[in-house]
Amino acid sequence: MRAARKYGPGVLSIIVSIVVFVIPFCFIILTAVKSRLQASLLDFSWPTSFHLWDNLVQAVSARNFMLVRAFINSTILSVSGVAILVVLSAMVAFVAERRVSKWSGFINILVLSGLIIPSAVVPTIWVLQGLGLFKTMPGLILVEVALQMSFCVLLFRAFISSVPKELDEAALIDGAGSLRLFFQIVFPLLRPVIITVIVVMSVAIFNDFTGPLYFLPGDENATVQLTLFNFKSQFDTSWNLLFMDILLITIPPLVVFLFFNRQIISGMSSGAIKG
Amino acid sequence: MAATTMISRTVMPKTKRRSAKSPYSYWFYAAPAVIYGLFFLLPTVASLYFSLTRWTLFDATFIGFDNFQQFFTDPALLQGFVNTGIYAIVTTGLKVVFGMLFGVLLASQIFARGYLRSVVFFPTIVSTIGVGITFSALMNPEKGLINSALAMIGIQGPHWLTDPHWALLSVALVDVWKGVGVATVIYMAGIVSIPNDYFEAAKIDGAGSFKTFTQIILPLARPAAVTVTILSVISGLRSFDLVWSMTSGGPGSASDVIASVIYKEYQAGFFGLSSAGNVVLSLAVTAIALPLSAFLNRKSKKDY
Repeated sequence: MRAARKYGPGVLSIIVSIVVFVIPFCFIILTAVKSRLQASLLDFSWPTSFHLWDNLVQAVSARNFMLVRAFINSTILSVSGVAILVVLSAMVAFVAERRVSKWSGFINILVLSGLIIPSAVVPTIWVLQGLGLFKTMPGLILVEVALQMSFCVLLFRAFISSVPKELDEAALIDGAGSLRLFFQIVFPLLRPVIITVIVVMSVAIFNDFTGPLYFLPGDENATVQLTLFNFKSQFDTSWNLLFMDILLITIPPLVVFLFFNRQIISGMSSGAIKG
Repeated sequence: MAATTMISRTVMPKTKRRSAKSPYSYWFYAAPAVIYGLFFLLPTVASLYFSLTRWTLFDATFIGFDNFQQFFTDPALLQGFVNTGIYAIVTTGLKVVFGMLFGVLLASQIFARGYLRSVVFFPTIVSTIGVGITFSALMNPEKGLINSALAMIGIQGPHWLTDPHWALLSVALVDVWKGVGVATVIYMAGIVSIPNDYFEAAKIDGAGSFKTFTQIILPLARPAAVTVTILSVISGLRSFDLVWSMTSGGPGSASDVIASVIYKEYQAGFFGLSSAGNVVLSLAVTAIALPLSAFLNRKSKKDY
């Protein structure tokens, strides 16, 4: 009886969690290794024959290795976007947090509006076209940076407020200039929040669908999220390949999650509460 | 944060000489301001103008409020507007309730807590399009797992995504499935930060777990509830990926939301109308999120 009270809710929650959260992922894996015919039944069943390797090769080589190019594109997009975001957001947060002036309120409003207001799609295309950056990777990177900056600034500000100001004063007395103060003294201290920003943002940008859909159309430049969408129309009957694609695309976030789930969770909740 | 701003204010008169050339140079704002200004602020401001035009990207003819008029008189577009509201309310309500439930459960000394936490949170970092495709297969009316499971216990499941009455709700349910992890984590952070003394005092006074929940957790986790509400409302109003990957707004326009209308008008080449949709969406989000956050925060301050 006591054991039932102790483990009862736990066991019940585990059963519910398996039904609600685990089975959909099992469905992805099972469908991804089925034959084309069996996958088209869309039912939840054990594969009659396993086609892991076949399906993998077919999904990867489809449309002239579009998926490989997409992975390369997504990696370039995420890595460069995150690198720019980390440096620029930390700089903004540093000055915004330390220098209180009549501009502070204005800057807060700007940061807040970046969190709330959705990006204006066609006018952004118009700007990109004016600059010759429409349908180019640098253009998309800059848009992603602009759209994610507010959230990163909030994360950095919350952390910088806990870095003692005396440290800055000591460095200044020792003759450091603003650049040196920031890059040599403060920036290295931000390591924990930098890791959080890197992890959260790389997942967010890797998973972003709307940005590439609008600002980087075309098979040449497809990112992984777009391949999913393109495959959906092309592979209407090849559900096994479509789910193989989903499976492959889920692997990078899964790896990040296994190694950094603490940072992701703290980033999502702390950033959220500040917002 | 309030403390640090106070300190720096009191220190300021002493360091007057430095304020002439502060070490916190405004030059640090230069590059971010250019990127943010060009790719976020400029388009946002420009959308106000272009929403009043018939626009081909190369030339824009001023037509006044015609686009907005069309937006609110064309039944398909109007339905997108109404659906957005329904979608935001349904997803927010369910995330607030289930997030609270899971949060309490996972903040307690439950067996296999680490596993449960990971499993609830993991969907939030999976590709939305992937989730959308997976659930459109699971929700297939004849062959899908959900309806076969329901049939086993004798329930005839609805035609989730192809029935106009169910399509929007089905997408909203999947949105909750994917997003409840964030709500859970925020609630957990809120519940864990409640000092243990309260729980001990309640125990001494003989409160059961239900009383502890209604009298202690519910009021003291209020800031977390406020955060979850505001975040869910914002993301619910802006939602696009999931709707587009599951139903593309269909059948007909039964599950269209403002964001999918914006995309459809863009694809059709009606750039002015699409921008008007953007303006409507921005105004809707701002008009709901700001007063809501002011209202909820003011009330929570009164409580203490």
